Amino acid sequence: MKTPRGKLLKKVFSARTLRGLSSIVLFVVLWQLVVYLKVPYLQNLPYPEDVASHGLAAAVSTGYWIDWGLSLSRIFIGFIAAQLLGIPLGLAIGISRVFRGFTFPVFEILRPIPPIAWIPLAILFWPTRELSIYFLVFIGAFFIIVINVIQGVSNISVNLKWAAFSLGAKPNDIFWRILLPGSLPSIITGMTVGMGVTWNVLIAAEMIAAQGGLGRTTWEAYTNHNIPYIVVGMVSIGIAGYLCSTLLRWLGEKAMPWKRKF
Amino acid sequence: MNQVLTPAAGITKGSFGEVRLERVGKIYEKEIERLVALDEFSLTIERGKLTVLMGPSGCGKTVLINMIAGYEQPTSGTITLDGRPVQGPSCDRLVVFQESALFPWMSVYSNVVFGCQVQGIDPAEIRAKAELILRKVGLFEFRDKYPAHLSGGMQRRAELARALINDPKILILDEPFRGLDAMTRELMQEFYVGLFEEFGRTNLFITHEIDEAIFLADKLVIMTYQPGKVKAEIEIDLPRPRDFKMLASSRFMQIRAQTLELLYEESSKAFASGSKAAFDLVGALASSKDSCRIAG
Repeated sequence: MKTPRGKLLKKVFSARTLRGLSSIVLFVVLWQLVVYLKVPYLQNLPYPEDVASHGLAAAVSTGYWIDWGLSLSRIFIGFIAAQLLGIPLGLAIGISRVFRGFTFPVFEILRPIPPIAWIPLAILFWPTRELSIYFLVFIGAFFIIVINVIQGVSNISVNLKWAAFSLGAKPNDIFWRILLPGSLPSIITGMTVGMGVTWNVLIAAEMIAAQGGLGRTTWEAYTNHNIPYIVVGMVSIGIAGYLCSTLLRWLGEKAMPWKRKF
Repeated sequence: MNQVLTPAAGITKGSFGEVRLERVGKIYEKEIERLVALDEFSLTIERGKLTVLMGPSGCGKTVLINMIAGYEQPTSGTITLDGRPVQGPSCDRLVVFQESALFPWMSVYSNVVFGCQVQGIDPAEIRAKAELILRKVGLFEFRDKYPAHLSGGMQRRAELARALINDPKILILDEPFRGLDAMTRELMQEFYVGLFEEFGRTNLFITHEIDEAIFLADKLVIMTYQPGKVKAEIEIDLPRPRDFKMLASSRFMQIRAQTLELLYEESSKAFASGSKAAFDLVGALASSKDSCRIAG
């Protein structure tokens, strides 16, 4: 007889978890060793415990959480704006050949420009720094979602559309019941990739132009020569990015039950 | 599971259609290239009969289906259903595609009722019809599963159900059992032939498999390789209801030998012109000729 608690313990102490844990432990030991042995070029690296104590101090301070809030809200505002504009645009380009002819060339000229290259213009154009950062985050996610939605629409097998038409579907039904769910996997992919790019852009933008935020604090730690806090900032950014993509993965699984293995 | 369906259930016996193709031509022109897919193709797909179409790959079978279903327009000639010209897709003429065309994001139930829903049929009526047809194809217990979670044979049955619930005047099947393993394929053939014999609807069935073709058909039509034309029409007079024992009957063997002769000629032509698929078909035919000799 296995109690639920027994099962949980077994899950916690499974070979997989232990392997994962030991990889982290090994990494910390190696880090410690690098600092201890004063490996050339890495002698400025703080000890893990230094970083840990700075991290703990940060975790109980309100300023640190305000930085989290600032970064997350910038991400979400820019990201959601990109989806709200990008998904309909991608659908329109994917569905209408005429619309595609008018818009796609311009789109393809702007798309290869790295989002970070937009920073100077963004700062010049928008009245506040905050707005420029929203805009940059938006750019980071926008082109990726559009291109993915276009691909998603064109990947839907023509047989499915034909079958739907034969069964009596009107264009309205085709859109809501075939094209939209059919391109959902690509929409989720576009969101996931876009989220990654968005964090890159946000951190760069914050370091250059923002007041507050995880990127800005990390930069300020550098200007104050507070090396342990630089690492705290980096780890925080990593965790934030990870949380965001986990959220998207979860959303994707919820939205596409047919993709589940069973 | 073999309960009798009453006409009141809406899956009636008697809503047959007759499709007539008259001198149908289809030409694809692409800059300097010009492909005559079909030329002067005339055929009557008879009311309530199961017509099987065979021919080497590239003979225009799929184009033919697309035109009957209304997905493509013929370049010349006319296609009529019960005297009325075919215009665009309609639930009068439903296709079961080669690769599954079930909507992956809908459950089996939603797939089956899709047609009825978009046509605005009363929900209570839809539910009753769907339950009946799902039980008929043995998928009632699987109605909430997604297509990806079904076996190949179940997917094919779900697709049949999705078409049959709309009571089409003609049901077109484009190599529907391709890709199924041999055992499932035989079971599906027997299931399908039973379904056909029960409902007696007009069916057009496309296949590469000679045994499948003869086993199912009332009339077997053999097409020529580019441009596609009717090479021969063979009435298959095997009695109905049919079962797999007939595959060993002498009449079956006789028809088979005759059909092989005709097919072999066309496939060789396709082979000579270098079509890869034709190469496969000639190989398959050569081996089945041997087996025929042994059996004879």
